[in-house]
Amino acid sequence: MNDLQDRIKETIEHEPVVAFIKGTHEQAMCGNSDRALAALRSVGTSFAAVDILPDPAIRQQLSALSNWPTIPQVFVGGELVGGADIVEELAASGELEAKLDEKLGSEWRNGGEERTIALVERQNPFRVVP
Amino acid sequence: MSLRLEHLLREAFPDARELDVVDRTGGGDHFHVTVVSPRFEGLPLLDQHRLVYDALAAPLGDGTIHELRITTRGEG
Repeated sequence: MNDLQDRIKETIEHEPVVAFIKGTHEQAMCGNSDRALAALRSVGTSFAAVDILPDPAIRQQLSALSNWPTIPQVFVGGELVGGADIVEELAASGELEAKLDEKLGSEWRNGGEERTIALVERQNPFRVVP
Repeated sequence: MSLRLEHLLREAFPDARELDVVDRTGGGDHFHVTVVSPRFEGLPLLDQHRLVYDALAAPLGDGTIHELRITTRGEG
């Protein structure tokens, strides 16, 4: 266990709904990440997004924890629900709402707020070194 | 590349009733695979997809699969 993995674990455990994606909630940088967020929005849940792009170690540590090889990964109440295909399928069948109810009670029906969490300090390639 | 994926899936799911690999962009790295197999019967979607990931671990690991969509069903 290391510092970054601790932070990932903490995020999964403390965020009711969290999606590890490429990009941010405002701008997903890959089709599957976009589909996962669209599925979450379709049921109206609030969620946090974590951008995995700033550091390749995030994805490595995340997959080591979840035993899931691809991005995006959506967690509800600390449990991996799946990638874009599964979340989309569960949203369409009504099972995603059932899962949210089961894990979170009515906590997720709170207005569809979205935010992106930074796990590592974003590296700025254009930073001017004095 | 589609053929390689199909071969790996065939090997992992010899009893698949339906098995399909679509190269979504023609570039040989964005795929949609569909597998209908009795092996999925009664398994949560998460576990169904894990079996597909296991079957495709090599091309996923070496980066040949850039993006993967998965559709799985038991026979029912």
